[in-house]
Amino acid sequence: MGKVLELENVHKAYKVGFIPKKKPVLKGVSFHVNEGEIFGYLGPNGAGKTTTIKCILNLIFPDSGRITIFGEDSLKPRARQKVGFLPENPYFYDYLTGKEFLAFYAALLGIHGREREEKIKYFLKLVGMERAADLQLRKYSRGMLQRIGLAQALLNDPALVILDEPMGGLDPIGRKEFRDIIVNLKKEGKTVFLSSHILQDIEMICDRVAIILAGEIINQGYLGDLISEKVLFTEIVIAGVPAAEFNHLGESVSTSGDRVLLKVYEEEKIDQVINLVQQKKGKIVSLIPRTETLEDIFVNMVKNQ
Amino acid sequence: MKIITIALNTFKEAKRDRVLYLLFFFVIICLVFSRFLALLTVGDRMKIIKDVGLASISLFGMLMAILMGTGLVYKEIDKKTIFTLLAKPIHRAEFLLGKFLGLVLTIFIMTVLMTAIFMLILFLHTLTFEWKILVAILFIFFELCLMTAVALLFSTFTTPILASLYSLAFYLIGHLSWSMEMLIKKVKSGAGRTALKILYTVLPDLENFNFKTEVVHNLPIPGKLLGYSFLYGVVYTTFILFLAMIVFRRRDFV
Repeated sequence: MGKVLELENVHKAYKVGFIPKKKPVLKGVSFHVNEGEIFGYLGPNGAGKTTTIKCILNLIFPDSGRITIFGEDSLKPRARQKVGFLPENPYFYDYLTGKEFLAFYAALLGIHGREREEKIKYFLKLVGMERAADLQLRKYSRGMLQRIGLAQALLNDPALVILDEPMGGLDPIGRKEFRDIIVNLKKEGKTVFLSSHILQDIEMICDRVAIILAGEIINQGYLGDLISEKVLFTEIVIAGVPAAEFNHLGESVSTSGDRVLLKVYEEEKIDQVINLVQQKKGKIVSLIPRTETLEDIFVNMVKNQ
Repeated sequence: MKIITIALNTFKEAKRDRVLYLLFFFVIICLVFSRFLALLTVGDRMKIIKDVGLASISLFGMLMAILMGTGLVYKEIDKKTIFTLLAKPIHRAEFLLGKFLGLVLTIFIMTVLMTAIFMLILFLHTLTFEWKILVAILFIFFELCLMTAVALLFSTFTTPILASLYSLAFYLIGHLSWSMEMLIKKVKSGAGRTALKILYTVLPDLENFNFKTEVVHNLPIPGKLLGYSFLYGVVYTTFILFLAMIVFRRRDFV
């Protein structure tokens, strides 16, 4: 598998204040994205996710370090020939209609005539925006802008798609549809780089992730390697037995009506709980073993820093 | 091709700008007003109409160039539309040149419209077309192209209000700098004179584009002077655009 995108020791500092003082945003970011994978770029707000993406796309010039896209230096416009980009909170020319908007970007990419018509039609359908094709973008909702923005990013049949917080502002159905589209992109052999702080989305679709915190990559690798299969604790919901009975077996998290939610950390104590419930003629409503999630790893890392 | 696409989109955006129509409205008022002003004049009334008319086209054209030129690039950055645009495989120079050409196209169409109304008012008076006036207007247009480039240059690094003020200052300096030429003639040769000469070369001389007096008073215009003024316009506009590209080339879009 070839490397589609590679960052080596990228540094960037912004000048702030009246007497310019350098505030470092990226402190030596290095990672690479392999061909054909969905790569998740993870970090809390202000960690430097968008700055990294802007560096990749040449909207911001790194102070030092090297960025290559398909082996080509990112400083050359040619490197962006096969890249599609959807910015966070996309802003577009609001006086254009959806169709005109896509036509404009297609023309910039050198797509003309009949091919352009067909592509516009195809992508409007893909993102479910056919009905709004002749509506001015100023009348679009945020979710609609996100969709038309994705169509814009895919116009040039990119081999690398860069999405900055693509699920932000979408409703649950929209998010599912977006996830499906992203997974489909992978099936078509495209590489997807997506940044997000919504861990659920990343966990569901990404192959590999990098976690950035305060401008530094603190962990990266395959999702399977980062998340252990180990059971952290078991959540048991019990009905008909008072919470006080279980004090020595686990931690009762909440009670509602006659139901108790119990967190049990040791495996052998699970059987004891079940036995006790049977003795007291109660009922086990549910029993869910909780394994480590990306969220746990993430929260731990953020705390440790 | 990409430049033309950006230019056409800029034109599309510019023609939605209300400021444009407001200024156009004022031009028409001024042109009509010149007719009434002429009634109060002793002597050649046509001169007043021509003088006020040409001055109006020049002044309001300049305001259009500055207000639109300073707004458009800034708006792209401020509204973040530039992110998706520059993420496409285009050079920043192509973007800037596209913006410039789109604005020039807008200014050109506005100038043509203003001229048509102006010529109509003149025709109603004299029942003849004075084609010589078009020479003066053509050079007003060249000046407007230069002002558009200047507005664009300032808008690449500062806010519209500051950029407008800088552009206005450029315009005023440009129309007053000819007096330096006279000063140079009076100063004795030496360091002072050389310094003045350098300063005069760097500063714009927008009076080079001013053929209003010649046209209004029906004085002969030497072809060489027209050629020189045209060349001056081309070189200075290219120089300003070049500066704008240098500023824009390494700019971070945070």
